[in-house]
Amino acid sequence: MTRYIVQRLLLLPFLLLVYSFVIFAIIHAPPGDFLTSYVANLASSGSTITAEQLNALRHEYGLDQPFVVQYLYWLRDLLHGNLGLSLEYQRPNADLIREQLGMTVALAAMAFVLTWLIAVPVGIYSATHQRSVLDHIFTVINYVGVATPNFMLALILMWLAFAYFGLSITGLFSPAYADAPWSMARVVDLLEHIWLPALVLGIGGTARLARIMRANLLDELNKPYVVTARAKGMREWRLVLRYPVRLALNPLISTIGWYLPQLFSGSLIVATVMNLPNIGPLLLRALVSQDMYLAGGILLIYSFLTIVGTLLSDIALAMMDPRIRMET
Amino acid sequence: MHPTPTATDPLLRVRDLRVSFPLDEGTVRAVDGVSFDVFPGQVVGIVGESGCGKSVTMRAILQLIDPPGRVTSGEILYRQGTEPIDLVRLPPRGREMRALRGAEIALIPQEPMAAFSPVHTVGAQIIEAIMLHARQDGRKIGREQARAMTLDLFRDVGISMAAQRIDAYSWQLSGGLRQRAMIAMALSCKPRLLIADEPTTAIDVTTQAQILALLRELQHKYQMAVIFITHDLGVIARMANYVVVMYLGRVMEEGPVDDIFHAPLHPYTRALLRSIPSLKTETRTALPVIAGTLPHPFNRPPGCPFHPRCEDMLPKHCATAVPALHELGPRRSVSCFLHSDLAEPA
Amino acid sequence: MSDAQAIAVGAVAEDRIAVASNWQLVWWRFRRHHLAMVCAGILICMYIVVLCPDFFCTQNPEQTDARQAFIPVQTLHLFDDGWNPWVPSIAGKRNPVTLRMEWTTDPRRKVHVRLLASGAPYRVFGLFPANIHLLQAVDPGQRVFLLGSDRLGRDQWSRIMRGTQTSMTVGLVAVTLSVIFGVVLGGISGYFGGVIDLVIQRLIELLQSVPTIPIWLALSAALPRDWTPIQVFFAITVILSLIGWTTLAREVRGRFLALREEDFVLAARLAGCGRMRIILRHMVPTFMSHIIATSSLAIPVMIINETSLSFLGLGIRPPAISWGVLLQEAQNIQTLALAPWLLIPGGVVIVAVLAFNLVGDGLRDASDPYSH
Repeated sequence: MTRYIVQRLLLLPFLLLVYSFVIFAIIHAPPGDFLTSYVANLASSGSTITAEQLNALRHEYGLDQPFVVQYLYWLRDLLHGNLGLSLEYQRPNADLIREQLGMTVALAAMAFVLTWLIAVPVGIYSATHQRSVLDHIFTVINYVGVATPNFMLALILMWLAFAYFGLSITGLFSPAYADAPWSMARVVDLLEHIWLPALVLGIGGTARLARIMRANLLDELNKPYVVTARAKGMREWRLVLRYPVRLALNPLISTIGWYLPQLFSGSLIVATVMNLPNIGPLLLRALVSQDMYLAGGILLIYSFLTIVGTLLSDIALAMMDPRIRMET
Repeated sequence: MHPTPTATDPLLRVRDLRVSFPLDEGTVRAVDGVSFDVFPGQVVGIVGESGCGKSVTMRAILQLIDPPGRVTSGEILYRQGTEPIDLVRLPPRGREMRALRGAEIALIPQEPMAAFSPVHTVGAQIIEAIMLHARQDGRKIGREQARAMTLDLFRDVGISMAAQRIDAYSWQLSGGLRQRAMIAMALSCKPRLLIADEPTTAIDVTTQAQILALLRELQHKYQMAVIFITHDLGVIARMANYVVVMYLGRVMEEGPVDDIFHAPLHPYTRALLRSIPSLKTETRTALPVIAGTLPHPFNRPPGCPFHPRCEDMLPKHCATAVPALHELGPRRSVSCFLHSDLAEPA
Repeated sequence: MSDAQAIAVGAVAEDRIAVASNWQLVWWRFRRHHLAMVCAGILICMYIVVLCPDFFCTQNPEQTDARQAFIPVQTLHLFDDGWNPWVPSIAGKRNPVTLRMEWTTDPRRKVHVRLLASGAPYRVFGLFPANIHLLQAVDPGQRVFLLGSDRLGRDQWSRIMRGTQTSMTVGLVAVTLSVIFGVVLGGISGYFGGVIDLVIQRLIELLQSVPTIPIWLALSAALPRDWTPIQVFFAITVILSLIGWTTLAREVRGRFLALREEDFVLAARLAGCGRMRIILRHMVPTFMSHIIATSSLAIPVMIINETSLSFLGLGIRPPAISWGVLLQEAQNIQTLALAPWLLIPGGVVIVAVLAFNLVGDGLRDASDPYSH
């Protein structure tokens, strides 16, 4: 088991290297570069820039070097822990990311907790009370939840809140508290705003998770060891929780690691729609305007977290299931 | 052979049990009027082809039928104290039924491979059973003591290196060891009735012999009544005092093991016995098989369930009415128009 | 009927099952899922729209008229002293305070419409000229807004019809490409094993651990701004399919590896069948139905992906129309409060995805030979 973990850890830097190259290539793929869109923006607002100024900027940012050279510069900076400068915001990328990180993590963590708290009991109930009224209701909600794109749900909920309750729920704070120092009132304001995004973020995942939990549990409930447990004279709910639920949860636990990268990036699409401070929209803007170092830095951290997350999932699975633990 | 126990009141009486499963395509009458008795300390063998309803009958005794299946009529009278209780009337998940399961009536299920949870040690599962039911001086047993009891049980059933094996997972044990562990779990609370559902079907012949010997020894030691389900007539001959032959959810014939094997009355029993390959038959003769195939569950033949495949069928009776289980003598019954005119009410 | 006849009928039924081909069995089992059948019907209707959206349009989807912005839904009524379909007329008044046009429907004044009437000419599949539309106003100058109009006065019903064509096609084509990649690469990997298998497997692992959403966004953002809508359409389709094929490839590979050891493959080899024949005639049909079921569950995912991308402005771009593009109009909450009917394309997305999911589930249950 330890050998397996060590192997994976050793592979990590190599994978990151490959990813960094792929990421950089993709960011460079669109024709033009940051300055092209910068010039376009200037033009649309009526200013111009001379060719010499343009070339000077290009040289300063190193955009006139060939692709490989740019990549190597970036790599060198990374190895020194320097995430580079954002071309658009003219600030260190590390600062930009750190600013958004807190809220992103808080939001994603809340959505994660909500999802699991709701989905697992619903799944268990649905499986043990198949074809009951509640099961049918849950099934319908599940199907519709899976069928609705996240941003649609966000739109609908925001519209309902606005049209019928007069609440404007965009952003995580009302204007009064946006830049205020932390206080009890600010926390309350945050809680007032955070439930809707957390709900929206969580619902799609909840529907999917409940469905999978139900399907897994249904499979397990038919197995012989459940009959044995019942024949021992155990209470029904106790034996369901101790045996088939435990086994049905195993494959789900193994997906927990995947939440790690999501914690970091939040949900790009929902955050954009709901105007939330989030790393997602930051990444989107960086990609569109080709702010290479910002986009590259964020994508790389994201990849790193994905690899670590996968590893954590595998470790979690091994811990939960002795069959896997003993065989590796 | 085993001495026949003296006639006292039966420990378990099954009377006209019927279990059906309403499925989308139709209702399957898995058990269609089964009656038999089990006396204390006696081994009853239930034999029949796959699909004849033996396992369902056992599940019904333990009230473990999964919905949508249900017991539609009949009685299962279990004598716990002086008065028998009808298990069919007890709610399947209620406290009384749960108190019986494991403590008074225990089950050795069919596939030992899948019958233990793969993520809990076998020891943990047996300790759980002990702590659920066993009482000492009216108080629950602690974990330490339960563990000691489990180790004793392991030694009883012949599991060597008990101290290591108790913390093993079921998939780490060989087939034979797993079956022994299963037997240990079933015996953990000293039940009065043990139901063994094809305990040797999934293991190889040499291990099979060992397990059967073990079961016989334990039955003798604890004086348990045993219901032994199998499709193997050889095993029946070794283990049972009393045999019940089932087909398509009904009892065809029942009686002491010697009578069944040496003087079978029902054409089905006779055909079964004939189809056992024997060292004594002449070489190069065809093995006598039972003609026809088992009917589709939605396509039950009217009248006697066996009549389409029966050599001695009486055309006027067998296709129109179902023969009732007729008692020819003490504990000797047969359900066939060749031996009685009694029919089931329509 | 007598007992003997009953037994005979039962026997015949059993025989019928015994000689039916696999596809017939799947169809019979699928037919029993009533919900799935209804959804299949809905999908067929949608694909009819895909084939010829112009027939369903009531007017030119591109036609703008700033004076007719945000007109509410004009519900279709069918009877007016007998069969005489009509929609209520709308009257607009400018609110003196907000300076916005406010529309009210006036049921007393009716705009009569005709079903299956001739209207603006169009071409079916770009080839055959035709001019029959499903619904047209009797008075050719009148515009009919069955589902309201948007910010530029464009008829939403007609735009949804066109959008259906784009969105449903992208989903279908993307999944088809995914399936082709997946089956071919997975099959090669599984059947030949060895070095080929190793290389393809590592490639799949690499692709799978790359975080999908950011890469998608990056690739979509990478599309040049000056490509025509058709080029963008195909590029989006290819991008979507590039992400989806890995899961299918792994499944196909797993199946092939397992099937390789099966006795019936051995029997075919012993009978002298060539490798290609074994693969095509013996191995592939066993999981064909599984592939179809999986694909039909992948299409709705593709549809949602395309809708999300287009909504963000990274997918299909205007003037091309897809459901995601239509939903861009609904981004502003204030606008939505004024004109909630702008959310209707979202409802169409939900219905389509739901229908696909239910049909896919039904197909998966019907094609699993072990569930019976």
